[in-house]
Amino acid sequence: MALDKAAVRTIAFLARIKVPEEDLEHLAGEMSNILGWVEQLGEVDTSGVEPMTSGAETTLPQREDSVTDGDARDQVLANAPQPEDGFYAVPKVLE
Amino acid sequence: MTAALTDLTLAEARDGLQAGSFSSVELTRAHSAAVERARSLNAFITETPDLALGLAEASDARRRRGGAAGPMDGIPIAVKDLFCTEGVSTTAGSHILDGFTPTYDSTVTANLKGAGAVMLGKTNMDEFAMGSANMTSYYGPVKNPWKGGDGRDLVPGGSSGGSTAAVAARLCLGAIGTDTGGSIRQPASFCGVVGLKPTYGRCSRWGIVAFASSLDQAGPMARTVRDAAVMLGAMAGHDARDSTSAPVDVPDFEAALSAGVGGLKVGIPKEYVVDGMAAEIGRLWEKGAAWLKESGAEIVEVSLPHTRHALPAYYIVAPAEASSNLARYDGVRYGLRVAGGSLDEMYENTRGAGFGAEVRRRVLIGTYVLSAGYYDAYYLKAQKVRTLIAEDFRRAFETVDVLLTPTAPSAAFAIGEKMDDPIAMYLNDVFTVPASLAGLPAISVPAGLSAGGLPLGLQLIGRPFDEETVLGAAHALEAAAGFDARPPPVGEA
Repeated sequence: MALDKAAVRTIAFLARIKVPEEDLEHLAGEMSNILGWVEQLGEVDTSGVEPMTSGAETTLPQREDSVTDGDARDQVLANAPQPEDGFYAVPKVLE
Repeated sequence: MTAALTDLTLAEARDGLQAGSFSSVELTRAHSAAVERARSLNAFITETPDLALGLAEASDARRRRGGAAGPMDGIPIAVKDLFCTEGVSTTAGSHILDGFTPTYDSTVTANLKGAGAVMLGKTNMDEFAMGSANMTSYYGPVKNPWKGGDGRDLVPGGSSGGSTAAVAARLCLGAIGTDTGGSIRQPASFCGVVGLKPTYGRCSRWGIVAFASSLDQAGPMARTVRDAAVMLGAMAGHDARDSTSAPVDVPDFEAALSAGVGGLKVGIPKEYVVDGMAAEIGRLWEKGAAWLKESGAEIVEVSLPHTRHALPAYYIVAPAEASSNLARYDGVRYGLRVAGGSLDEMYENTRGAGFGAEVRRRVLIGTYVLSAGYYDAYYLKAQKVRTLIAEDFRRAFETVDVLLTPTAPSAAFAIGEKMDDPIAMYLNDVFTVPASLAGLPAISVPAGLSAGGLPLGLQLIGRPFDEETVLGAAHALEAAAGFDARPPPVGEA
């Protein structure tokens, strides 16, 4: 799959990463190479094969549906770059 | 005296502390001084000598009262800067975590702290553990303490390159790292140290900055197999806070060493002969098989037919999981924030400035292979191939107890090489990625020197949660190889 500049621009927006216009061409080439390389998996017959979704054959444990953590607002906010009045703050979303 | 203390193995230091031959404070001071002298390696992002001294004093006080916590009590170690450490900056080698100081410890570092281990500092690494040469760190490359014949600076491998460089240069008695596709084993091979990736689920991932959650696993790096076994015992254990942490007992790994390889069947997977592998790697591999045979093992050729598909499958699965995990770096909750006119713009500016080139590339690839219309063709396909790779191993382990392979296709290369071609860099992990995909325990043991005088490792892979057999075989391999070469001293010129 060869990606062009426009495709990389779209992917970069989906990933919310600002990519300078002058990097797009080069990145499109690199990503196309990588995708071309991984596409060799197409030759593997995987019909009837279940996908492996975890690194281990374990069933997820279950526990009582109860609060086990919390009440740590100051700890949670301790690393926020711009907290305000005990909250995370973001640029205005609603007009 | 100082030089002697940094030359000890971890097990020797443990015995010396127990015998009262020296104190943890003396041991820690010697290592902190070594860390300071070796700054030219750039192995550490954050040094914590004062913190270390406090922990060492507490350890000595415990020992005086007769209440030493166990074999790791008072032992100075280094911690990859991917583990959250309470009150100590944690960067993951990335600009985007600027200023991040966790308010809690990861389970693994908490376990080690509980066992009395003394943290000397946080080691340099590839950004978010994405790299095989320690070239992608925001904090600059790490130098391998081993030097090329022409005196050129070499990479230590990656992503846990700071940890292996520190162990090889005798700045610490052991170090912890993480391995997603080879990030413990490949740098161990490049630096001439032992590196063990345990079974997926053996060590809790809680509090480790996540890269690819179905693959990430913490493990020890040390100068001997015994040292790695002692460290793993203090790191491992079930943790309810990680739903993939296995509820299995932690055996006495050190006791397993004496089992050796007598009576074991050792598999040689024929598909691990790959194009472009240095001939000397093949010869060392044959030598390794001969050593294990002389030590009492039976050598059996086995087939893992899907081996060559492991690397491309990995480079879909790992970036996909990374793109999802790294979505949390949003400029809101921790780390860097770069202003923008709107919320989206703030996200884009923050992530554009905060991620380096390799991380950006992988997040974009991951975003693409997970996007609507491409998910089945890439991500689902790779997950199915992963099933086939795991089945290959399962079948092989019906007839053999452990597999022997090379760790990496070459010795350490010069800083700056392979940087123009991401795929050439990815090929470093060709022998380590399959066991990662299958979640199996695997260890790299230094086994010889290249023609250029650089260390080369051999890898042993075992059944899930059978680290004991892997360690026993590794101990036998280590004894037969008798690797005693060491890098030139750092910072004493």
